[in-house]
Amino acid sequence: MSELSTSYPASGATAPPLAFYETTESHVPNGTLLGFWVYLMSDCLIFACLFATYGVLGREYAGGPSAAEVLELPAVAVNTSLLLLSSITYGFAVLEMQRDRQRSMMIWLAITGLLGAGFITLELREFAHLISIGAGPQRSAFLSSFFTLVGTHGLHVTCGILWLIVLMTQVAKKGLIPANKRRLMCLSMFWHFLDVVWVGVFSFVYLMGVLP
Amino acid sequence: MSSHDTQHAHHDHHGHDDLGIHATFGGYMTGFVASVILTVIPFWLVMGHVIAKSSTAAVVILALAAVQIVVHMIYFLHMNAKSEGGWNMLALVFTIVLVVITLSGSIWIMYHLNNNMMPLMNPANLP
Amino acid sequence: MLAHPDLTTLIFGRLTLESLPLHVPIVLGTFAVVALGGLVLVAVLTYFKLWGYLWREWFTSIDHKRIGIMYMILGFIMLLRGFADAIMMRAQQAISFGDNMGYLPPEHYDQIFTAHGVIMIFFVAMPMVTGLMNFVMPLQIGARDVAFPFLNNFSFWMTVAGALLVMASLFVGEFARTGWLAYPPLSDIASSPDAGVDYYIWALQIAGVGTLLSGINLLVTIIKMRAPGMTMMKMPVFTWTALCTNVLIVAAFPVLTAVLALLALDRYAGTNFFTTELGGNAMMYVNLIWIWGHPEVYILVLPVFGIFSEVTATFSRKPLFGYTSMVYATVVITVLSYLVWLHHFFTMGSGASVNSFFGITTMIISIPTGAKIFNWLFTMYRGRVEFEVPMMWVLAFMVTFVIGGMTGVLLAVPPADFSLHNSLFLIAHFHNVIIGGVVFGLFAGITYWFPKAFGFKLDPFWGKCAFWFWVVGFYFAFMPLYVLGLMGVTRRLSHFTDPALQIWFVLAAFGAFLILLGIASMIIQFVVSFRRREALRDVTGDPWNGRTLEWSTSSPPPKYNFAFTPLVHDHDAWWMMKKHHYQRPLDGFIPIHMPLNTGAGITLAGLSFVFGFAMVWYMWLVAIVSFAAIVVVAIAHTFNYHRDYYLTADEVRRVETSRTELMARHV
Repeated sequence: MSELSTSYPASGATAPPLAFYETTESHVPNGTLLGFWVYLMSDCLIFACLFATYGVLGREYAGGPSAAEVLELPAVAVNTSLLLLSSITYGFAVLEMQRDRQRSMMIWLAITGLLGAGFITLELREFAHLISIGAGPQRSAFLSSFFTLVGTHGLHVTCGILWLIVLMTQVAKKGLIPANKRRLMCLSMFWHFLDVVWVGVFSFVYLMGVLP
Repeated sequence: MSSHDTQHAHHDHHGHDDLGIHATFGGYMTGFVASVILTVIPFWLVMGHVIAKSSTAAVVILALAAVQIVVHMIYFLHMNAKSEGGWNMLALVFTIVLVVITLSGSIWIMYHLNNNMMPLMNPANLP
Repeated sequence: MLAHPDLTTLIFGRLTLESLPLHVPIVLGTFAVVALGGLVLVAVLTYFKLWGYLWREWFTSIDHKRIGIMYMILGFIMLLRGFADAIMMRAQQAISFGDNMGYLPPEHYDQIFTAHGVIMIFFVAMPMVTGLMNFVMPLQIGARDVAFPFLNNFSFWMTVAGALLVMASLFVGEFARTGWLAYPPLSDIASSPDAGVDYYIWALQIAGVGTLLSGINLLVTIIKMRAPGMTMMKMPVFTWTALCTNVLIVAAFPVLTAVLALLALDRYAGTNFFTTELGGNAMMYVNLIWIWGHPEVYILVLPVFGIFSEVTATFSRKPLFGYTSMVYATVVITVLSYLVWLHHFFTMGSGASVNSFFGITTMIISIPTGAKIFNWLFTMYRGRVEFEVPMMWVLAFMVTFVIGGMTGVLLAVPPADFSLHNSLFLIAHFHNVIIGGVVFGLFAGITYWFPKAFGFKLDPFWGKCAFWFWVVGFYFAFMPLYVLGLMGVTRRLSHFTDPALQIWFVLAAFGAFLILLGIASMIIQFVVSFRRREALRDVTGDPWNGRTLEWSTSSPPPKYNFAFTPLVHDHDAWWMMKKHHYQRPLDGFIPIHMPLNTGAGITLAGLSFVFGFAMVWYMWLVAIVSFAAIVVVAIAHTFNYHRDYYLTADEVRRVETSRTELMARHV
């Protein structure tokens, strides 16, 4: 085995000397933001499946109520505005973070969380109403896919709010250290991503759903 | 390659260089205003019954949604061809391709299936 | 479901003493053996006081090499279980003719074929592929660890939790009787009211979390942590295939998660996605699960193509022929693998236009795969091929995989598929590509990188025994199934009436027996190699005269992999270093930034197992408590900011000096 080490092919005599290792510790770039983006892309495919399911089953009313009969657009319009507003308030929080102004950043984050909570409250009210009139997720394939798609988005928003609270605690404890800034940027991506998904939901499910 | 910073003891504090995003107030506001407009139009189209033909309305709604998603990507998610060395954009494009394949493929396949296998379920075939 | 909220139901759900298979002698016997073996193992570990060592050095380790090795061990243990299922099926089918009903009742037989498929794909092939990528890829790119070391540990334990749930179903309740993809309406609550399908769902969901996170982790590692100078087109081919595989994992596994979640909603919440009434459409399940399922086969086979590329180049003493075409072929396969899923259900009835589209894309995807075969052949052409055991696996792969690929193209023709669908021809085809491709490739990879992982080579005699038993056994076991399939025999039957078929099943059972000898040879090989480890010792770190960076460090590599980050100038970086008379640095060491071990991963996975088990048995209270505990532990973990440390320069010097001394002793 050991004679192998002496039998390497000889190099050309003119080869310039090459360095084969770094003598100092090299800078390894942090992969968190890229990794989180890749996670969001995978999440996007979960939603793609749910959208596809809605696309295939969304008109299977099975004798039950149709989308036009049960979906209330004014409530959806309010919900959409809440989520869009929360996107811009998160944006303001990011601007404050860039300037290292922790206090005003926390205020914007709190406003974002409240807007998100408002969104969830309205959505839960809509769900409760649908179930109370006998249009629960068990009623038809349309309602199954509707509840699952919209509910999954709502679940994500809920997780986002929980994460927001945890992150605010961590910023309060540790300040705006790089690790926390990175986490704030991850949550920022998550939050805006949910708004992107919501654009799909209100267009594909609500607006197109109520078309005759 | 060998001219690296020798202060290796402070490596865990390089985070702020890695964020790589410089959000601006103008950017967020542009995105917000555009999003508001792109949201109001489809709601108005549907709630005001502006377009009589469903299929036309659906195409318009989907087109506006697509534009709004692009707006969100650029102004809120700070997507550009350079972030993370282009990998973010590559991942996004790949995902969009897969989303399109999944959505259109499923709908195409299931539509054909329903047509072939369940003629009675299709209102057009009912007596 | 909380109509009778008495305490027993709240805690134990629908789990009763009757759920334990006390009346099935085969299962009881198995349980006795497993329990006895487990007790012996626990006793030995306790006697030698190994628990602390295992916990500190392995279970909580975030070292990618150790996690990789643990993945391989998991895969090998589950291979024994999956193979036990296989040989039971072969034995049943060989004797169950006419009046003889065999020894397995149908409801047991159905569980066995389901468990066999699920275990072999999710808990043998996936862990082994992930394990090899975990171990080898960071070494090949000159990195110290993966991008997210904690997530790596967590991913592994989630896979273990999933595997444990499948194993639990053997002794508590039953496993699914639905086939490995659990098609509704058979898997719906009306047709499968027992716990089997729920075990299936939760095992795969929990393991799926691990797989997805591991995919993101390795993907980011390849993108972000390559050694300076290693541009994309200078990456080793195995790293390239690992990159594409992880792209596929990240893009395909969410689909599985979604579709299983929908099935779970149907079963638990009474929704109507895949039911036969109220607008549900079971075909949507078939459609969605194959959007995951087809990329999945490429998730398994792409890294193995990478292994073959490394092994062929090393043992032919030549650079890989057509590196660029190999990379592009891999990328093309990655994209195309999303455009072929309907070929798994041509017979569903989507009509001529849909079927021809997917038939044609399926034939197209065989082109890049064929290009790869030619690349390997041309690498060998005029090379000085050395027939070491890994290279023997490569040759067996090339012959076997080409046969399997051609029967695949046959099945890609929709009219042919209409007569072959769900026949034993299909079974023969996919075992032909999975055993001939994935399994042979994994064995080549294990033999090739074993000295890197443990510091000694595997004994070649027993390796060759295993090779011949496996290869000959494979042909005996599966060629008869092609014949039977062409005669129209369908899959998943536990009894036959036509005695003329029996001889073929007996032949197949004989093949399975040969494979059993192959597996036994492998176990003997591990034991013999361990006992002869001094004779088989690899002191150079480069036992095969390799080409890529993992061979530049010691065997086994130190914790930090490389004392100094390598600089890469071309592909086959280590080959180039050797050509330029690279001298190992002996001083000037610097402190190295390292991640700290953590027990959070195994804790979270343990809680996930409890949660999964509670959901299977409707133990709502336990489910709520364990879920809350998962959330609390996960959040608590994020409050830990102290995740790394510096290995001192003295420590690095000590490790490197001992290696220098070892090499000096063996010159």
